[in-house]
Amino acid sequence: MVESLTMRIAEKGKLAVAGAIIGIAAIVLTVLGNPGNMGFCIACFLRDTAGAMHLHTVPIVEYVRPEIIGIILGSFVLSVITGDFRPRGGSSPLLRFIIAFIVMVGALVFLGCPLRMVIRLGGGDLNALVGLLGFIAGIGVGCIFLANGFTLGKAEKQTRLEGTAIPFMTILLFVLFLAVPSLFLFSETGPGSMHAPAAASLLAGLAVGVASQRTRLCMAGGIRDIFLVRDFTLISGFVAIFIAVLAGNLITGKFSLGFADQPVSHPMHLWNFLGMAAVGLGSVMLGGCPLRQLILAGEGSSDSAVAVLGMIAGSAFAHNFSLASSANTGPGINGKIAVVGGILILLAIASIVTLRERRK
Amino acid sequence: MTELDTSGYSCPEPVIMTKKALKDSPEGLAVLVDNRASKENVSRYATALGYKVKVEEAGQNWKLIISK
Repeated sequence: MVESLTMRIAEKGKLAVAGAIIGIAAIVLTVLGNPGNMGFCIACFLRDTAGAMHLHTVPIVEYVRPEIIGIILGSFVLSVITGDFRPRGGSSPLLRFIIAFIVMVGALVFLGCPLRMVIRLGGGDLNALVGLLGFIAGIGVGCIFLANGFTLGKAEKQTRLEGTAIPFMTILLFVLFLAVPSLFLFSETGPGSMHAPAAASLLAGLAVGVASQRTRLCMAGGIRDIFLVRDFTLISGFVAIFIAVLAGNLITGKFSLGFADQPVSHPMHLWNFLGMAAVGLGSVMLGGCPLRQLILAGEGSSDSAVAVLGMIAGSAFAHNFSLASSANTGPGINGKIAVVGGILILLAIASIVTLRERRK
Repeated sequence: MTELDTSGYSCPEPVIMTKKALKDSPEGLAVLVDNRASKENVSRYATALGYKVKVEEAGQNWKLIISK
């Protein structure tokens, strides 16, 4: 038991450091120009990148976010160095694409991924607290399926070419962004126009990629481990991000407690709850939150790479079909139908898989 | 000793598989894991239950010997 305790304390220490790095990076990026409470947001940044690549054409959310590129490459480089780079794939790739698509729609109805939810909490945005309750509920439901045998199946070894495809696509995107920016669309107003200098964003992304790869930090995993095995290790990263962001906001005078007029946020409680419930359930089914999918993709998981592509496609659909919420006013009827329909599809997939596994 | 092969599965599944396998063989078992995350998570889970965990390298993978 002593051994177990020291192991947990050491891991919690590492997670606390990683969380602090991420929290500080988020604050610095906001000071350098990123939108409010959006130092990092995997969902929003994939969405902005999709817009820059003409996959949707909503003029206020278009920018090639170097943070995303940095996170994938940070994880890739570190995992190659440490031997964690192991190309694997073939665990229900299409189902993963669909689940990730729904996760993205849920995140864009809430207006943020789980990482941004924590960052919003640290800024005093109480709508994120409602989102957190939904997230916990979604994870709780996902854990019931997991405990009863839910699995997307076994991944098989893949070639190095398969494993390195997404890091190289990422590098190509960054080179084109720097060398031929005219290929892309860039917002002139709105959140897409607000960004830190590209070098700072890339560096911050690399730091987050390295820290998250090393500690396996995952927003959904922390809560999931508490439900499933009463293990509070992974949640400490989540708590550390919150504390670092809260401290940073208090120091920079950006902390503002309340529901109304929060940056890129809306006070429609039901939809904040349901949006994050979809994200929580989907993240448990995928084995990790959107940040964790980027990290695993960098480590050579083509299943997670497919999930990233699913999120990109989901973000494009969310904006092309008006599923995403607007800041302040929340989701329209399309977004509401999409979230409820998405949760039903997730429940159907989870039920069918779990029933099949139990019959085995 | 019972063996459990978790290779190809990523967390939390190896932990859940171990949890179920330990119910059937509470004296202990050998768990094969193929990634560092699972190695650490399964070890942490078993030590929290009061088991001893010995890690053996098995090629690129690890064999965790879980015993009382």
